[in-house]
Amino acid sequence: MTTPLTINGTDYRIDLPDDVPLLWVLRDEIGLTGTKFGCGVAACGACTVHIDGEAVRSCQVALADVWGPVTTIEGLGTPDALSALQAAWVEHQVAQCGYCQSGQIMQAVDLLARTPSPTDADIDEAMEGNLCRCGTYPRIRAAIHTAAARMKEA
Amino acid sequence: MSRIGKIARRTFLIGSVAVAGGVAFGVYQVKKPAENPLSSTDGETVLNPFVIINADGVTLIAPKAEMGQGVHTTWAALLAEELDVAWSDITVLHGPPAKAYYNSALFGLGLPFLDYEVGDFRQGLRDQVGEIAKLVGLQLTAGSTSMKDGFVRMREAGATARETLKLAAAARLGLSSDDLTTENGMVIAPDGTRIPYADLAEDAAAIDPPRVALRDPSDWKYLGKDMPRVDMVGKVTGTAKFGIDTRLDGMRFATVRMSPNGGGMVRYDDSAARSMAGVEDVIDLGDGIAVVARNTWLAFRAAEAVEITWGPSPRPATNEALFDAITAAFDSSAPNATPRDEGDVDSVSEGTEITAEYRIPWLAHSTMEPMNATAWFSSGTMHIWTGNQSPTLTRDKVAEAIGLTPDQVQVETPLMGGAFGRRGETDFSVLAARVALALPDTPVNVTWSREEDMRHDYYRPAAVARFRGRVQDGQAVMLDGKIAGHSVVKATAAKIAGDETPGPDREHLSGGFDQPYGIPNFRYSGYLAPTDIPVGYWRSVGASMNGFFFDTFIDEMAHAAARDPLQFRLELIRREHEPSAKVLEKVAEMSGWTGQTPAGTGRGVAFCYSYGTPVAQVCEVVEEEGRIRIANLWIACDVGTALDPRNIEAQMTGGALFGLSAAMMGEITFTDGAADQYNFPDYDALRMHTAPKMSVAILENNRHIGGVGEPATPPAPAALGNAIFDLTGERLRETPFNKAVAFYGV
Ligand code: FES
Ligand code: FES
Repeated sequence: MTTPLTINGTDYRIDLPDDVPLLWVLRDEIGLTGTKFGCGVAACGACTVHIDGEAVRSCQVALADVWGPVTTIEGLGTPDALSALQAAWVEHQVAQCGYCQSGQIMQAVDLLARTPSPTDADIDEAMEGNLCRCGTYPRIRAAIHTAAARMKEA
Repeated sequence: MSRIGKIARRTFLIGSVAVAGGVAFGVYQVKKPAENPLSSTDGETVLNPFVIINADGVTLIAPKAEMGQGVHTTWAALLAEELDVAWSDITVLHGPPAKAYYNSALFGLGLPFLDYEVGDFRQGLRDQVGEIAKLVGLQLTAGSTSMKDGFVRMREAGATARETLKLAAAARLGLSSDDLTTENGMVIAPDGTRIPYADLAEDAAAIDPPRVALRDPSDWKYLGKDMPRVDMVGKVTGTAKFGIDTRLDGMRFATVRMSPNGGGMVRYDDSAARSMAGVEDVIDLGDGIAVVARNTWLAFRAAEAVEITWGPSPRPATNEALFDAITAAFDSSAPNATPRDEGDVDSVSEGTEITAEYRIPWLAHSTMEPMNATAWFSSGTMHIWTGNQSPTLTRDKVAEAIGLTPDQVQVETPLMGGAFGRRGETDFSVLAARVALALPDTPVNVTWSREEDMRHDYYRPAAVARFRGRVQDGQAVMLDGKIAGHSVVKATAAKIAGDETPGPDREHLSGGFDQPYGIPNFRYSGYLAPTDIPVGYWRSVGASMNGFFFDTFIDEMAHAAARDPLQFRLELIRREHEPSAKVLEKVAEMSGWTGQTPAGTGRGVAFCYSYGTPVAQVCEVVEEEGRIRIANLWIACDVGTALDPRNIEAQMTGGALFGLSAAMMGEITFTDGAADQYNFPDYDALRMHTAPKMSVAILENNRHIGGVGEPATPPAPAALGNAIFDLTGERLRETPFNKAVAFYGV
């Protein structure tokens, strides 16, 4: 039996056991490696993607439970056409090793969709599940504020 | 002395070599060029250790792995600064493992004098010691040496290439090269004729490169300014490829479960695992197993389903017993090293004596990307894709483990999701090669679970420190520090060469003995306590321990002397090293230090000189509903020459957060020889809501360029502990502090 999935606007049929987490479907079956594995236990946020526009930990969502279209970092923008948050990330030179950043950005997109002008407290609350071992938090915060301001102008 | 001076003047050697369609330049730091790693294959451009100019433009072969410090960007800027090309036009590639990529600066740090005393004369001597690094053939991205190493060599390469290209143009045009200028990748004649470098490259290869003086820093166009990082777009779009992202045709996914306690494996039963969906193979690795499956998660799940009986651990049964073995070193042996012994600490009897004992635990690196490597054994060659800090060592260790010669191993170095010293080890590469050997002609991506990663680290060693000091009339008159722990240098030498090297280990004491404090009676000694727990390099290494011990004791002495802790440090430091005094003054100014704090707020200052960079920090904590929150951290550093201020700021804040995380909550403990911590829920770090506000000031008074990746880590735990003391009156002498106090949001 195959499971239908829509990822970044493309339809797939996935032939895998129902309980394989979405993270590994993306990375190992489809080859969308922008979504990262950090912990596998919902403790780091590296695997964050959107299902139906909502940020979720893809390491915790079984294939059979995916309830809507999936957007990954690759679907957010491309090197030639960066989304507003990605552009702000480049402007602030947020990334160090960069490994956590796909998840950080996907989480931040969700935050701005709900709270277009977030306060520092809003950012704390939305982003606390996303670990960054390189400690890029100050620049993540600054980039979110920049993107929020720019998206309001647009 | 004149002999050394003479050698130092001949330190840099510049070589050029003709390559297909162009010219390659390299700058070597010893008298003979290192073995050239060039390997020409049909139709491909030949690679040079440093810079190639041909029809493709300018290509820099970076001898460092990129691991988050923006090294590639700054190296490109160093080259561009002299070569007169737009830095963004330089293509940066990673070099293959080769002896020519030796990391001279790293080895130079082992010489027996204090880094802060290094003037031009001693700097010359230190450069010479780089020759040892070449002989060892190691290629390490560690020890904050990347910039020190490249600072002169990259500019020399650029200047030499530029002048050689001008000579080629002069010969062609029948002019003197003095009449020519360079701009934007071209040589320009007085009549406006412009010749692209690429057109001159082949002619240039026939010209002996001249010696050229480097440009004055006041003429720099790129260096000293903020530069966009070349890696940034890839890292925000998910297109940057890390080791774990390696994908090859026909590749399988695998994971390993290895002995967690050093006791090997007795037997295993894989019958349940083999019948699980997607499982393709279970491989007996002797001291553990590998599961090969259709995807990584199916491999993880099946690996857990393998019933394994581990051998009995040779390690002590409890964490306390391990610490007992460490403290026993104080009594059972003479010091292994006493690199500082000024005055006579034993005969000082004036003033008030204070003593303190400190204790710090093992720490995991816990890089964001779990350990992994991809290997493919085909036609007698082991190809391996592995995010690593030492390609040459990786090649040799893989070859040794599977019975190949080093030239039968090909190492590729993709991006690393954090390193912090962990990826200087070779275990994860060797394991992947062992799995691939069992699956000939099949590429296999071997990814560890987070639990496997956490429990199979080469940990920052635990250590215990005993200090005795005397203060009189508000001054420190004596300090006697003794540090016991497992030597990382010796443990690493054992891993590389088979046995621990004899002799004193100064790294065990760095961040302590080498501090610029003018205390008239000052001794610092190390006691070695091998513990059988695997240990390794962890961001800032010895200074990660001594930065906490030494500075906390200085704070205790200031308190005993009834002095302001910042003024107390400043007076002692000013006697020895003015740039260090200035970072303290700067951090006082930034934080508005008055020595007074309102109720509910505590402030602590800390200082550590490491990797050639003095760093002072002021930490501010506040009490909120019975919990302590780190509100602010001010950082002042002196890097000598700030090549890329924005990148330095990122390294300073990131390094400080790394130290604060460890101080607050970082601890690996062992029961029956195995780590008790499994994943982020029991080994966490600072997050968005718990990280303080930070600001960084970068000074440039020091005489030589200093590291930036490590030096902010050592003072951070002390700054936090000193702030908590100011807030609560309770001196915390053991990390992690969350055993003694409750933190906000943790
Ligand atoms: S991998 Fe999913 S939260 Fe860490
Ligand atoms: S940038 Fe390295 S973990 Fe976040």
